[in-house]
Amino acid sequence: MLEVRNLSIAFKTRDGLKSAVRNIDFTIGPGEILGLVGESGSGKTITSLAVMGLLPPNAVVTSGEVLVDGTDMLQLGSGELRKLRGRHIAMIFQDPIASLDPIFTCGDQIIEAIRLHETVGKAQARQRAIELLDKVKIPDPERAMRAYPHELSGGQCQRIMIAMAVACKPHIIIADEPTTALDVTVQKQVLDLLRGLNEEVGAAILLITHDLGVIYEVADRVVVMYSGDKIEEATTADLFNNPKSGYAKALIDSMPTPGGQHDRLPVIERDALGNVFSVRPEPRVRSSNVAAAPDANASPLLEIRDLVKSYWIKPAPLAMPVEMRAVDRVSLSIAPRSTLGLVGESGCGKSTLSRAVMRLYRPDAGEILFKGQDIASLSEGEMRPFRREIAMVFQNPYGSLNPRKTVAELVEAPLVIFGEGTATVRRRRVAGLLEAVGLPATAAAKYPHEFSGGQRQRIAIARALALNPSLVICDEAVSALDVSVQAQVLNLLKDLQVEFDLTYLFISHDLSVVEHVSDTVAVMQKGRIVEYGSAKAIFANPKEAYTRMLLDAVPTIGSDRVGKGGA
Amino acid sequence: MTSRTLGLARSQPAFVASLAVLAIVLLMAISGGWLAPHDPFTLNPQAVNQGSSASHWLGTDEFGRDLLSRLLIGIRPTLIVALGATVISAVFGSLLGIAGAYGRPWLSFLIMRAVDIMLSFPPILLALLAVGFWESGVLSLTVVIGVLYIPHFARVAHSATLQVTRQEFMEAEHAMGASVRRVVFTAILPNILSPLVVQATLTVAAAILLESGLSFLGLGIVPPEPSWGQMIGTARGYLGQNPMYVIWPSLLLALTVLAINVVGDRLRDILDPRLREE
Repeated sequence: MLEVRNLSIAFKTRDGLKSAVRNIDFTIGPGEILGLVGESGSGKTITSLAVMGLLPPNAVVTSGEVLVDGTDMLQLGSGELRKLRGRHIAMIFQDPIASLDPIFTCGDQIIEAIRLHETVGKAQARQRAIELLDKVKIPDPERAMRAYPHELSGGQCQRIMIAMAVACKPHIIIADEPTTALDVTVQKQVLDLLRGLNEEVGAAILLITHDLGVIYEVADRVVVMYSGDKIEEATTADLFNNPKSGYAKALIDSMPTPGGQHDRLPVIERDALGNVFSVRPEPRVRSSNVAAAPDANASPLLEIRDLVKSYWIKPAPLAMPVEMRAVDRVSLSIAPRSTLGLVGESGCGKSTLSRAVMRLYRPDAGEILFKGQDIASLSEGEMRPFRREIAMVFQNPYGSLNPRKTVAELVEAPLVIFGEGTATVRRRRVAGLLEAVGLPATAAAKYPHEFSGGQRQRIAIARALALNPSLVICDEAVSALDVSVQAQVLNLLKDLQVEFDLTYLFISHDLSVVEHVSDTVAVMQKGRIVEYGSAKAIFANPKEAYTRMLLDAVPTIGSDRVGKGGA
Repeated sequence: MTSRTLGLARSQPAFVASLAVLAIVLLMAISGGWLAPHDPFTLNPQAVNQGSSASHWLGTDEFGRDLLSRLLIGIRPTLIVALGATVISAVFGSLLGIAGAYGRPWLSFLIMRAVDIMLSFPPILLALLAVGFWESGVLSLTVVIGVLYIPHFARVAHSATLQVTRQEFMEAEHAMGASVRRVVFTAILPNILSPLVVQATLTVAAAILLESGLSFLGLGIVPPEPSWGQMIGTARGYLGQNPMYVIWPSLLLALTVLAINVVGDRLRDILDPRLREE
């Protein structure tokens, strides 16, 4: 049905062609789900774009063919390609809200997708659209037809995208990271839906993702890519039970899986010969010999009591504003040198909570006791000494570093703000910090855009540590990173905790990551803490239904597979 | 060094040519009176509205004055007004715009509404008013045009700042306890520089045009002192007799404005580390 033969793609650059994908082969049969897995930059998206005939103008196909039902996509003109798209091949994108047109209703967009390829009347197309929405299990399809994309949640928008993709019963559906932007529980529903539709429509699905858990849940066969090469192709069961290549093995190893408690996550390394393998690095030796175990009986470093932060929103333009409690009477405490993991889905208030603790917002009520002193209602000036003590690592390593500053300027910023040391002292401190986070000394003179996501997050961590803070708030600090890079950064955070006597408030939507790093865990739902206790207790024996639901939704290797009855 | 200059000339001919044009214009502004082949103020009723000749390279104007000489000394007031006005409007406009986006709500309300009110008047009308009350001359013209373009800069700086303040690194600066001054000058200003530089090049061009317009109406540079704009204005009346009279100053004006725009564009790329080439 879809056959990719010996495909090589290169980018045109100033210094000639730069190879992006080399000699990729794979085929997908009807009704099959093929997973294409790899890190960012491994060439998986460029491969999928080639299949759609959507390559950017600076990319050239240097060899190979893409056969869709026997015709080579690469030989077709743009008019013929257009006819093929939608009817034969459809695509589902990563960011569902951004890929829908914001100024048309969802209904109009589905109707247009149908009428582009089939000659049916408007009323008939509308009927079809409602049926489709029903099929993708959107509650109240009539309302969804009238809604604009921004009025729907991310999960619902992705269902609309799927409805549009299957509207003309395509033979091949390409799904590029379809669930990356979604919460775990929503991700599970969307994956269920894809699997179900695949059985019903009989389309072949090319599923592109960096998440092995997703692959494990839905794919029949897997192609593993690494820096433009196909490393391995196997059925899903074979790949996970018996990976042949070192890279696939390393990739599987580096996933933090629930239940598997290790001190360190294995990371992927590449030796001089280009062989890829996985190592579990030893913890770095601590300079002093003091036991690092968190002392549960010591007075807590940070204690939050009945913290409330509300927003006033207007449900309709003329209505009275109503109170929306983003953080609702939250109480937590963190012991020195321990890690509190805060888990919850998007919109549950966990980021608001972290920013209230940082005092980027003034909370409406409640106390924030830091080393016994209430900082909840301090003025900006009174807050200043505490800014030394509390540092933050943000989610987006691309947004949290000022692009106009060199790394040295970024890392020394807190020192400059507090007027600490002379230029020479600061330079030495920056060099020390860069070394601590594992960046080369040459990094100091470069700009953030010259680094990868993982390296940027290291820069952000170095900056956070500049003033020797005692509390570091990590807001989704590893969510934007690839699994293997995520493992490296998590290891680094653990090392630094010991080295710098740090206490972490670790916020994440990813339960497996939280389990890996946390001593205590708090589960947050709709602004409230629903479960709070030691990490072991919560993961071994969750008491709340919500926690259990979150845990069940995590796609994990070894669990029952969706729609396959535990194959 | 020379090979680098050559390489630059080959890869960016427009930029190098524009730099050369600006250098020549600047040179003429500094030494204009000295370079002039004739006295720019000497009247010669025998030779009015003549075309190019050996003694008058670019011809003469309606009073028989040498055009080339008048063009050469006319650069200085034009450039002073244009650059001075741009500096005034850029400095005050940017600061007001940043304050309007980053300051307290009442302050930003005051600033941005005042800007709206100023923008709702045609600039030439305001300039006429101001120049009418004041003594006309280079200084007053510079200040008036500078103030007139403040709202444009404030608008550009305002919207760019709004974008920047929503980025995470601003939150990071606050979390580190950075002072307002630090936030404005190290976090906001470098990141809104690109649109400001573009706006500045546009303003130089627009200020020259406004100066021409005002001089054309007789409210700018006082005759017999020449300026390019004033010359274009006067020349319009003699289009039939001596078409080259209007073409020479217009050509120079267009060339200068174009060169400023090209250089400004390139400047923006050079200032952005992400666009800088290795």
